[in-house]
Parts: sequence; C-alpha cells; structure tokens
Amino acid sequence: MSEATRRWRRGTLVRDRALSASARSVTFAVPDWPGAAAGQHVDVRLTAPDGYQAVRSYSLARAGTDREIELAVERLPDGEVSPFLVDELEPGDEVELRGPLGGWFVWRPGEQRPVQLIAGGSGIVPLVAIARAHAAADSTAPMRLLASVRTPESALYRDELEQLRATAPTRWHYTRVAPPGWTGPVGRLSPRDLEREVIAGSQHPLVYVCGPTGFVEAVARTLIDLGQTADSIRTERFGGT
Amino acid sequence: MAVFGGRHRESNPSLPPGQYETQSFPVLSAGPTPEIDTAEWEFFIHTETGPSRRWTWDQFRALPAEDITPDIHCVTSWSKFDTPWRGVSLDTLFADVETDLDFVMAHSYGGYTTNLPLEEILDGRAWIAYEYDGDDLEPEHGGPARLLVPHLYFWKSAKWIRGLVMQSEDNPGFWEQYGYHNHGDPWREERYA
Ligand SMILES: Cc1cc2nc3c(=O)[nH]c(=O)nc-3n(C[C@H](O)[C@H](O)[C@H](O)COP(=O)(O)OP(=O)(O)OC[C@H]3O[C@@H](n4cnc5c(N)ncnc54)[C@H](O)[C@@H]3O)c2cc1C
Repeated sequence: MSEATRRWRRGTLVRDRALSASARSVTFAVPDWPGAAAGQHVDVRLTAPDGYQAVRSYSLARAGTDREIELAVERLPDGEVSPFLVDELEPGDEVELRGPLGGWFVWRPGEQRPVQLIAGGSGIVPLVAIARAHAAADSTAPMRLLASVRTPESALYRDELEQLRATAPTRWHYTRVAPPGWTGPVGRLSPRDLEREVIAGSQHPLVYVCGPTGFVEAVARTLIDLGQTADSIRTERFGGT
Repeated sequence: MAVFGGRHRESNPSLPPGQYETQSFPVLSAGPTPEIDTAEWEFFIHTETGPSRRWTWDQFRALPAEDITPDIHCVTSWSKFDTPWRGVSLDTLFADVETDLDFVMAHSYGGYTTNLPLEEILDGRAWIAYEYDGDDLEPEHGGPARLLVPHLYFWKSAKWIRGLVMQSEDNPGFWEQYGYHNHGDPWREERYA
C-alpha cells in the first residue's frame, strides 16, 4: 500500500438503490480512485458540522478501476454511521473514503482453484464483488456461493446473483423464514447443511467466509471439522454477533 | 444535503485520533480460530544462537503473573477502555535471554506473524495474556494465550501466540506485508504503510 491508499478522497453519491427494507446500495464518484481487487474494503469518514468525525469500514461490492465505487450498507438500528448512510445520505452529498484496504480477503482472476463463497447477512457484499469479478474475467475456476439470510426479503443482490447462476451458482439458506414452497431446512447453517452445500475439502477449494463474527466463527470451525484445511479458509468479520 | 450528526460528542483524551469507543469486543482475524490443546501448547524464544527458552503450559502458568487494565486500539477504528487481562510480562520471559538482535517476529499457531522492535515489548509494555475479565481467554480472542502490546494497534497483539524469534531487521509480518504499517502507533495513526 502506498501514499495513494492512505489518503482521504472525496466521494460524491451519484446513485442509490434499495436492496432490502434495511439495506441500500450507494455508488460514489471518486475522480482519483486507483481501483481495487475483489474482496477489498474502504474506510468511510463522516464529519459533523462541529468537526466530530466517525469512521467505519465497508466492503466494495465491485472490483475494478472504474472511477465509481459501490458499497452496500445494512442499517443497524442503534448504529451511528449505518442509519445515516442507508436513510439520510442524498445524491450529490459527499463523504470521505480511504482505500482500497485489505490484501488477504481477496480473489484475483488468475486464481485457478475452485472457490466456495459463504455469506451471512450483509457479509455477502465482498462476495458479490468476487462473483462479479469472476464473471467479468470469464474465469473457468468453479465458483459457488452459499448465502445465509434471515428471510427471503433480506437477501441482497438476489436478482443479479441469479443472472450469474451459470458461472457462480448461489444457494440461499434461510434462518428464520423461508419462501413459500421451500422444502429445505430453516435455521442456522448446520454441519449437515455445510457438508451438503460446500465444495468438498478433497477438491481443495479456496473458501471465503464473511458475515457477523459469530457466524464466521461457527462456519469456519465446522468447515475444519469437515476436513477443510485452515489455511485455505479466508475470513472477514463484520463485527456484531 | 444530509448533515451527519454523529453520536459521541464528548472528546475523550484517552481516544487516539480517528478512533471511536466500543463497549463490545469485536473479533478480527484472517482465518479460522485454531483449537489449541494446552497439553501440547508451548511458548518459545529463539535468538541468533537458536532456541533459547521454552515453556510448557504448566511451566508458563507457574511464572509470576500481573493484572493489567490497558486501553486497546484496533486499526479498524474501535478502541476499548480499561480491558482487564492477566498475563506474564515479557520482562519475566526475557530475563535470561541473551541477544544482540533488536527486532522480534511473533509467531502464532495457525501461521500468523507480526513484527515488533524488542525495546517496545520490554519495560512493562507487553505481556503474554491468558485471562480476560477473570476467565480463561476465549479461543476467538486468542486463547489459550495471546501477545498483548496495548500501546500499538491491536493486530500487533498476536492471538494464539506460540513463540518469538529474534531478527536482525524489522522484517514485516502477515498484515504488515499486506500494506499495514510496520510499526502501528495509534497516537500517530500509523495504520497503513
Ligand atoms: C472489513 C469490514 C467490512 C465491512 N463491510 C460492511 C459492508 O459491506 N456492509 C455493511 O453494512 N457493514 C460492513 N461492515 C460493518 C461496518 O463497518 C459497521 O460496523 C456497521 O455499519 C455498523 O456501524 P454503525 O456506526 O452503524 O454502528 P455502531 O454505532 O458502530 O454500533 C452500534 C452497535 O452495534 C454493534 N455492531 C457493530 N457492528 C455490528 C454488526 N455488523 N452487526 C451487529 N451489531 C453490530 C456494536 O457493537 C454496537 O453495539 C464491515 C466491517 C468491516 C470490519
């Protein structure tokens, strides 16, 4: 990383789109953005009129060298920053951004190994970036996404992931409420679910797990019990429980 | 135009620049949490002459320990005040170690590494901690034992610590190779290289 990464840049909100009742995609124009790899994140800094500042990290939903960056933010009811980004920020408003950050939770198109993506809630954001990068590069590495969501309505990027079905099929898993006609299990991802849905350890997949800390801890531990090797599992913990 | 209000109004002199206070204890690690059996646990110090000291869990737990309540600061911007730890000072562990090398690479179970200047982990500034808030340190927070270097960003406080290897130069560890600052002082905002 370099001077360019450390610097705060101005980003102007140019597009927004509701992803669910509690999440919004926000795209910022950043004139001097250096580009990012799939899986990286940025720090977002907000400044109040009296100079008070708050910084939080948000994953990039799309890799690449566009001068626009897309984030997807889930509102935490008592949060300081996320409700502002989801509910209040308006097109034309500016925030400050620093990045791209993180070089480990990253997928690069040259990678040939099979890839298993596993998301809990808004942890899907960097994995959407990886699935998009995989499609954009016409990668032939097998890729699958397992996405755990509370309810069908809380699934982010469902339509777009549906379009990537041929190159990176998504399996949805519901922890509270399943759609009508659903015959699969409902509840937290169990060892049996993971055994059934995740590319087997014998195929040596690279596994990316992202979501709330408790989700990542439980999934990663179970994967190791199922015979995946620890150093093939990359994790990103969003905080919370 | 939307105007950001923010929440934490009082300016707190214990808070380094760009940090906010959290009451929870977030977890950040690059991979899964390793399971470490204390029957097989060891902690070692290697110098220019090779292995210098080595402790089993029982030997380590028999060393004099200290209770400390430092503030900790994570590079992802959270800080947590008055965190209650119990552990063994590195001054105790280095008491009989002879070395002319100035830098340390900390090695963890699971393969994580992080680099530190030796003088920054002596003189009561670093510990190998094995209790948090009166209980055994939980695996996701680095148990059975982690390095604790509260005056640097918390990625330097390597979880699941296994040993320290002296090095002649300040070669970068895991996150340091991925663009994080080689030193990591929160008061100087040494986040990224
Ligand atoms: C590398 C990284 C990437 C991230 N990417 C994204 C992303 O793409 N989209 C996204 O929406 N968020 C992402 N996050 C989480 C984000 O940085 C914030 O933590 C989150 O938006 C909450 O901030 P806040 O100011 O609203 O809440 P705060 O005011 O910080 O916290 C409010 C309360 O909620 C708790 N809390 C904090 N985070 C969570 C959480 N995730 N779940 C449940 N409780 C929590 C806190 O402990 C606190 O009690 C990412 C975090 C990291 C470290």
